Amino acid sequence: MIATDPAIEPLITAIAQADSPATLIGAVRALAQTASLSAIPTLIEVLGYNNPGAASVAVAGLVQMGEAAVPLLLEQIDDYNYGARASSLRALAAIADPRAFEVLLEAAATDFAPSVRRAAIKGLGTLRWQPRDLDGQPSIHDRTVSTLLLVSHDSDWTIRYAAIAAFQSWIFTLQNCSETTDLTRQALERLEHLRQTDEDEVVRARASMAQHQLTIVPYAQ
Amino acid sequence: MDSPSKQPDLANVQFLATEQAIPPEAHEAIPPEAHEAIPPEAHEAIANLRHEDLSIRYYAAWWLGKFRVRDVVAVDALIAALDDDANRTAMGGYPLRRNAARALGKLGDKRAVAALIRCLDCSDFYVREAAAQALEALGDASCISALLSLLDGGVDAAQFAPGLPHLVQPYEAVIEALGTLHATEAVEQIRPFADHGVERVRYAAMRSLYQLTHDPYYAEHLVGALSSSEVQLRRSALADLGAIGYVPAASAIAQAPVENSFKLLALKGLLGHHLSENDAHSEAAIRLMTLMDTLL
Repeated sequence: MIATDPAIEPLITAIAQADSPATLIGAVRALAQTASLSAIPTLIEVLGYNNPGAASVAVAGLVQMGEAAVPLLLEQIDDYNYGARASSLRALAAIADPRAFEVLLEAAATDFAPSVRRAAIKGLGTLRWQPRDLDGQPSIHDRTVSTLLLVSHDSDWTIRYAAIAAFQSWIFTLQNCSETTDLTRQALERLEHLRQTDEDEVVRARASMAQHQLTIVPYAQ
Repeated sequence: MDSPSKQPDLANVQFLATEQAIPPEAHEAIPPEAHEAIPPEAHEAIANLRHEDLSIRYYAAWWLGKFRVRDVVAVDALIAALDDDANRTAMGGYPLRRNAARALGKLGDKRAVAALIRCLDCSDFYVREAAAQALEALGDASCISALLSLLDGGVDAAQFAPGLPHLVQPYEAVIEALGTLHATEAVEQIRPFADHGVERVRYAAMRSLYQLTHDPYYAEHLVGALSSSEVQLRRSALADLGAIGYVPAASAIAQAPVENSFKLLALKGLLGHHLSENDAHSEAAIRLMTLMDTLL
């Protein structure tokens, strides 16, 4: 733990000494509110404490740090604790830095834990691509859409639901990008198919909401 | 059952064969592949209900429920297993009966109802509990009077069984089943349980009374329980709110300090309830889905 900012040391100590879930959450919140970059390693550590309240406060804090938190988040993904891993990917998805792409892509398709996959899938739809990221990597959108298509057939409704949310944000971001016309068409076809045929009414409803919010189908329908 | 992941895990079987209930949160750790498709091994599992190795019988009963083997032969074999006398714990429990009852609740075949009602008189608390839960799942109102008789003596009788980690009857399961089965005649018998000393029993009563009376007073008590100091109780209140589809709880559910997978499931319950009377573009439906998106 590297605390180069002396002001946050007592806050880090308070987290280590927290003796109840409520004091832990309060201590994590106090640290997150400093918005000090030195708090990042400790906030990441909190993701592994198996305390969902503290983890969500830590995730919010990391998201606030933005791009500065990305390298450490990527470096310290916990391969042995799926709860911590899901929180890390949730933070990476919300920060939406394209450096997380490969990690999100792999987790979306292959992680064993649904919570991790949902976070990764959602993130694939929200990454903020810049033209410079795509130079020499024309396959990025292909790989995104083929992974989303794949996971949209999963037997777990939460995974299909996440795939729809990701399709929606991906289409919304790239609808004016002529290079992705064919991929967009595939994504839209899949949304329509899920809206009509998915066995789960909540999944059908989410697909319908995606279509409406993309203003593909009039609200009255 | 030839893939390694589907072999009876002996450590696990022994754990389950103790007097403990199955942890409800275990689902999150199971790979999604394990949920898939109709298993070709079903006939083997049915035959295994009569295997000489009792742990294999126990595992087979769980497996048939887990993989929703709705085959008539499977149902008959599980009904027969409700009378098993061979598989006993040191404390006199009937592990195979418990698993058979749990499996029958998942298979949706009402032919099991009469046999499950008989299980409500079994000497093993966990068999009675599993039977009440299965009867709730099967949704057949013919069990209501048998369930009500387990509430005899009211709250005064509802004490811990001497030396055991549970009450004398599975009140939580019985009360929840009565709510799900729309047993409005049970309201007066259930009402005192809203003040029972055990939190889980209180929640079950609140949940059931909301289902039977639609009085938001009871649902709001469950919303309050979302800030309970124990994560198990928060999860339990979440599940209850999802089961009763109480839409005003949506934001409180999304903010509860509980794992997102539980919150998603509870919000799905709210949305499913809402969609039964509204379409997917109602304001509340959009709000619920927008909240669910934040939990992915």
